[in-house]
Amino acid sequence: MLHQEIRKKVLILSPSAEIDAHSTERLRSTIDHAFEKSPCTHMVFDFANVGFMDSSGIGLLIGRYKQAEKRGGSVALVNLSAEMKRLYTLSGLAKIIATFPTMDEALAHVKGGAQ
Amino acid sequence: MNNRVVLELAGHTVNVSLARVLVAAFIAPLDPDITELTDIKTAVSEAVTNAIIHGYGEDARKTVRMTLTLNDRTLTVEVTDNGIGISDIPTAREPLFTTLSDMERSGLGFTVMESFMDTVDVISTPGMGTTVTLTKSIHEATEA
Repeated sequence: MLHQEIRKKVLILSPSAEIDAHSTERLRSTIDHAFEKSPCTHMVFDFANVGFMDSSGIGLLIGRYKQAEKRGGSVALVNLSAEMKRLYTLSGLAKIIATFPTMDEALAHVKGGAQ
Repeated sequence: MNNRVVLELAGHTVNVSLARVLVAAFIAPLDPDITELTDIKTAVSEAVTNAIIHGYGEDARKTVRMTLTLNDRTLTVEVTDNGIGISDIPTAREPLFTTLSDMERSGLGFTVMESFMDTVDVISTPGMGTTVTLTKSIHEATEA
Protein backbone atom coordinates (compact mmCIF):
# COMPACT_ATOMS: atom_id res chain seq x y z
CA MET A 1 0.00 0.00 0.00
CA LEU A 2 2.96 2.31 0.66
CA HIS A 3 6.54 1.94 -0.50
CA GLN A 4 9.07 3.99 1.48
CA GLU A 5 12.63 4.84 0.62
CA ILE A 6 15.19 7.35 1.83
CA ARG A 7 17.30 8.96 -0.88
CA LYS A 8 19.66 11.86 -0.27
CA LYS A 9 18.05 12.24 3.17
CA VAL A 10 14.60 12.73 1.61
CA LEU A 11 11.76 10.39 2.55
CA ILE A 12 10.23 9.15 -0.69
CA LEU A 13 6.71 7.83 -0.32
CA SER A 14 5.01 5.87 -3.09
CA PRO A 15 1.43 4.92 -2.24
CA SER A 16 -0.19 2.26 -4.38
CA ALA A 17 -3.81 2.70 -3.41
CA GLU A 18 -6.88 4.74 -4.15
CA ILE A 19 -6.57 7.68 -1.75
CA ASP A 20 -9.86 8.41 0.00
CA ALA A 21 -11.19 8.90 3.53
CA HIS A 22 -10.67 5.23 4.32
CA SER A 23 -7.14 4.71 3.03
CA THR A 24 -5.80 8.04 4.34
CA GLU A 25 -6.20 6.91 7.97
CA ARG A 26 -3.65 4.13 7.51
CA LEU A 27 -1.42 6.12 5.17
CA ARG A 28 -1.24 8.98 7.66
CA SER A 29 -0.11 6.84 10.59
CA THR A 30 2.37 4.86 8.45
CA ILE A 31 3.91 8.01 6.95
CA ASP A 32 4.09 9.87 10.26
CA HIS A 33 5.74 6.87 11.92
CA ALA A 34 8.31 6.57 9.10
CA PHE A 35 9.05 10.30 9.11
CA GLU A 36 9.38 10.42 12.89
CA LYS A 37 11.92 7.56 12.85
CA SER A 38 13.88 8.98 9.93
CA PRO A 39 16.52 11.73 9.94
CA CYS A 40 14.76 13.34 6.96
CA THR A 41 13.39 16.84 6.82
CA HIS A 42 11.76 16.58 3.39
CA MET A 43 9.16 14.28 1.82
CA VAL A 44 8.50 13.53 -1.84
CA PHE A 45 5.30 11.74 -2.80
CA ASP A 46 5.38 9.64 -5.97
CA PHE A 47 1.82 9.27 -7.32
CA ALA A 48 2.72 6.92 -10.21
CA ASN A 49 0.70 4.08 -8.67
CA VAL A 50 -2.22 6.12 -7.34
CA GLY A 51 -5.27 5.54 -9.52
CA PHE A 52 -7.63 7.84 -7.68
CA MET A 53 -7.55 10.61 -5.11
CA ASP A 54 -10.32 12.74 -3.60
CA SER A 55 -10.06 15.71 -1.22
CA SER A 56 -9.09 13.37 1.64
CA GLY A 57 -5.72 13.15 -0.13
CA ILE A 58 -5.43 16.94 -0.12
CA GLY A 59 -5.97 16.88 3.66
CA LEU A 60 -3.32 14.16 3.95
CA LEU A 61 -0.78 16.22 1.99
CA ILE A 62 -1.47 19.42 3.96
CA GLY A 63 -0.97 17.46 7.19
CA ARG A 64 2.35 15.99 5.99
CA TYR A 65 3.47 19.43 4.82
CA LYS A 66 2.93 20.68 8.37
CA GLN A 67 4.98 17.75 9.72
CA ALA A 68 7.88 18.54 7.35
CA GLU A 69 7.61 22.25 8.10
CA LYS A 70 8.14 21.54 11.82
CA ARG A 71 11.58 20.18 10.86
CA GLY A 72 12.28 23.05 8.52
CA GLY A 73 11.60 20.87 5.49
CA SER A 74 9.20 20.79 2.59
CA VAL A 75 7.09 18.43 0.46
CA ALA A 76 7.03 17.87 -3.30
CA LEU A 77 4.96 15.65 -5.60
CA VAL A 78 5.81 13.68 -8.74
CA ASN A 79 3.83 11.75 -11.34
CA LEU A 80 0.43 13.36 -10.73
CA SER A 81 -1.99 12.29 -13.46
CA ALA A 82 -3.80 14.98 -15.45
CA GLU A 83 -6.99 14.13 -13.52
CA MET A 84 -5.33 14.40 -10.11
CA LYS A 85 -3.68 17.64 -11.20
CA ARG A 86 -7.13 19.19 -11.65
CA LEU A 87 -7.98 18.41 -8.02
CA TYR A 88 -4.56 19.63 -6.90
CA THR A 89 -5.01 22.94 -8.77
CA LEU A 90 -8.55 23.37 -7.45
CA SER A 91 -7.33 22.87 -3.87
CA GLY A 92 -4.81 25.72 -4.02
CA LEU A 93 -2.17 23.27 -2.78
CA ALA A 94 0.24 24.45 -5.50
CA LYS A 95 1.00 27.50 -3.35
CA ILE A 96 2.77 25.35 -0.75
CA ILE A 97 3.55 22.00 -2.41
CA ALA A 98 5.21 21.94 -5.81
CA THR A 99 4.70 19.20 -8.38
CA PHE A 100 7.33 17.86 -10.81
CA PRO A 101 7.41 15.48 -13.77
CA THR A 102 10.47 13.59 -12.51
CA MET A 103 11.85 12.41 -9.19
CA ASP A 104 15.23 14.06 -9.85
CA GLU A 105 13.58 17.47 -10.24
CA ALA A 106 11.53 16.97 -7.08
CA LEU A 107 14.61 15.93 -5.11
CA ALA A 108 16.58 18.90 -6.43
CA HIS A 109 13.72 21.21 -5.42
CA VAL A 110 13.40 20.04 -1.82
CA LYS A 111 17.15 19.76 -1.33
CA GLY A 112 17.58 23.24 -2.74
CA GLY A 113 15.06 24.55 -0.23
CA ALA A 114 13.07 26.32 -2.94
CA GLN A 115 9.38 26.90 -2.28
CA MET B 1 -31.01 5.30 -22.09
CA ASN B 2 -32.91 5.43 -18.81
CA ASN B 3 -31.88 3.43 -15.77
CA ARG B 4 -32.01 3.49 -11.98
CA VAL B 5 -30.06 1.81 -9.17
CA VAL B 6 -30.45 2.18 -5.40
CA LEU B 7 -27.61 1.23 -3.05
CA GLU B 8 -27.64 1.18 0.74
CA LEU B 9 -24.25 1.40 2.46
CA ALA B 10 -23.30 0.99 6.11
CA GLY B 11 -21.77 4.20 7.47
CA HIS B 12 -18.18 2.99 7.24
CA THR B 13 -15.57 4.73 5.08
CA VAL B 14 -14.56 1.37 3.57
CA ASN B 15 -17.77 1.64 1.53
CA VAL B 16 -16.80 4.89 -0.21
CA SER B 17 -14.80 2.97 -2.82
CA LEU B 18 -17.79 0.70 -3.41
CA ALA B 19 -19.93 3.75 -4.22
CA ARG B 20 -17.29 4.90 -6.73
CA VAL B 21 -17.11 1.50 -8.40
CA LEU B 22 -20.90 1.36 -8.71
CA VAL B 23 -21.27 4.79 -10.30
CA ALA B 24 -18.43 4.02 -12.73
CA ALA B 25 -20.15 0.79 -13.78
CA PHE B 26 -23.52 2.55 -13.99
CA ILE B 27 -22.32 5.13 -16.54
CA ALA B 28 -20.00 2.77 -18.45
CA PRO B 29 -22.60 2.10 -21.20
CA LEU B 30 -22.46 5.82 -22.06
CA ASP B 31 -18.71 5.57 -22.73
CA PRO B 32 -17.69 8.66 -20.72
CA ASP B 33 -14.20 10.06 -21.28
CA ILE B 34 -11.59 9.75 -18.52
CA THR B 35 -12.18 13.32 -17.29
CA GLU B 36 -15.95 12.85 -16.96
CA LEU B 37 -15.46 9.50 -15.27
CA THR B 38 -12.94 10.91 -12.78
CA ASP B 39 -15.09 13.98 -12.11
CA ILE B 40 -18.12 11.84 -11.30
CA LYS B 41 -16.19 9.32 -9.20
CA THR B 42 -14.54 12.14 -7.23
CA ALA B 43 -17.82 13.98 -6.61
CA VAL B 44 -19.53 10.75 -5.48
CA SER B 45 -16.58 10.00 -3.21
CA GLU B 46 -16.96 13.45 -1.60
CA ALA B 47 -20.74 13.17 -1.15
CA VAL B 48 -20.66 9.67 0.36
CA THR B 49 -17.67 10.58 2.58
CA ASN B 50 -19.55 13.63 3.88
CA ALA B 51 -22.59 11.48 4.70
CA ILE B 52 -20.50 8.89 6.55
CA ILE B 53 -18.03 11.18 8.35
CA HIS B 54 -20.04 14.34 8.93
CA GLY B 55 -23.59 12.97 8.89
CA TYR B 56 -22.97 9.89 11.00
CA GLY B 57 -19.57 10.44 12.63
CA GLU B 58 -18.55 7.08 11.09
CA ASP B 59 -21.26 4.92 12.67
CA ALA B 60 -21.40 1.63 10.73
CA ARG B 61 -24.84 0.87 12.19
CA LYS B 62 -26.28 3.77 10.17
CA THR B 63 -27.22 3.63 6.51
CA VAL B 64 -26.34 5.90 3.59
CA ARG B 65 -28.63 5.59 0.58
CA MET B 66 -27.30 6.36 -2.89
CA THR B 67 -29.72 6.52 -5.82
CA LEU B 68 -28.32 6.69 -9.35
CA THR B 69 -30.64 7.72 -12.16
CA LEU B 70 -29.88 8.02 -15.83
CA ASN B 71 -32.22 10.01 -18.05
CA ASP B 72 -30.89 9.86 -21.57
CA ARG B 73 -27.29 11.13 -20.98
CA THR B 74 -27.92 12.98 -17.71
CA LEU B 75 -26.74 11.30 -14.53
CA THR B 76 -28.37 12.18 -11.21
CA VAL B 77 -26.76 10.98 -7.98
CA GLU B 78 -28.74 11.37 -4.77
CA VAL B 79 -26.90 10.68 -1.51
CA THR B 80 -29.02 10.67 1.65
CA ASP B 81 -28.16 10.21 5.30
CA ASN B 82 -30.35 10.48 8.37
CA GLY B 83 -27.56 11.98 10.45
CA ILE B 84 -26.93 15.24 12.25
CA GLY B 85 -27.78 17.49 9.30
CA ILE B 86 -26.25 20.84 8.37
CA SER B 87 -27.49 23.95 10.19
CA ASP B 88 -25.82 26.48 7.87
CA ILE B 89 -25.63 25.17 4.32
CA PRO B 90 -24.05 28.29 2.69
CA THR B 91 -21.17 28.19 5.22
CA ALA B 92 -20.75 24.42 4.81
CA ARG B 93 -20.40 24.96 1.04
CA GLU B 94 -17.64 27.55 1.43
CA PRO B 95 -14.19 26.36 0.28
CA LEU B 96 -11.96 25.14 3.12
CA PHE B 97 -14.79 25.17 5.70
CA THR B 98 -14.63 22.09 7.89
CA THR B 99 -15.93 21.11 11.29
CA LEU B 100 -13.27 18.40 11.52
CA SER B 101 -9.92 20.16 11.05
CA ASP B 102 -8.32 17.93 13.70
CA MET B 103 -9.03 14.96 11.39
CA GLU B 104 -7.16 16.75 8.57
CA ARG B 105 -10.34 17.16 6.55
CA SER B 106 -9.53 19.68 3.82
CA GLY B 107 -12.98 21.31 3.73
CA LEU B 108 -13.04 20.96 -0.05
CA GLY B 109 -15.82 18.40 -0.42
CA PHE B 110 -18.54 20.75 -1.68
CA THR B 111 -16.03 22.78 -3.74
CA VAL B 112 -15.01 19.59 -5.55
CA MET B 113 -18.63 18.55 -6.10
CA GLU B 114 -19.50 22.01 -7.47
CA SER B 115 -16.46 22.13 -9.74
CA PHE B 116 -16.77 18.61 -11.14
CA MET B 117 -20.55 18.30 -11.55
CA ASP B 118 -23.11 20.43 -13.43
CA THR B 119 -25.37 21.04 -10.43
CA VAL B 120 -25.21 20.39 -6.69
CA ASP B 121 -28.30 20.73 -4.50
CA VAL B 122 -28.26 20.30 -0.73
CA ILE B 123 -31.34 19.80 1.42
CA SER B 124 -30.73 19.37 5.13
CA THR B 125 -32.64 19.47 8.40
CA PRO B 126 -30.56 19.59 11.58
CA GLY B 127 -31.08 16.40 13.53
CA MET B 128 -32.89 14.74 10.61
CA GLY B 129 -30.27 14.35 7.90
CA THR B 130 -29.03 15.56 4.55
CA THR B 131 -29.67 14.83 0.90
CA VAL B 132 -27.11 15.92 -1.68
CA THR B 133 -28.20 15.73 -5.31
CA LEU B 134 -25.58 15.90 -8.05
CA THR B 135 -26.23 16.00 -11.79
CA LYS B 136 -23.95 15.83 -14.80
CA SER B 137 -24.51 15.44 -18.52
CA ILE B 138 -22.21 12.93 -20.17
CA HIS B 139 -21.16 13.96 -23.64
CA GLU B 140 -21.47 11.72 -26.64
CA ALA B 141 -18.09 10.33 -27.67
CA THR B 142 -16.80 11.90 -30.89
CA GLU B 143 -15.09 9.78 -33.50
CA ALA B 144 -11.32 10.29 -33.69
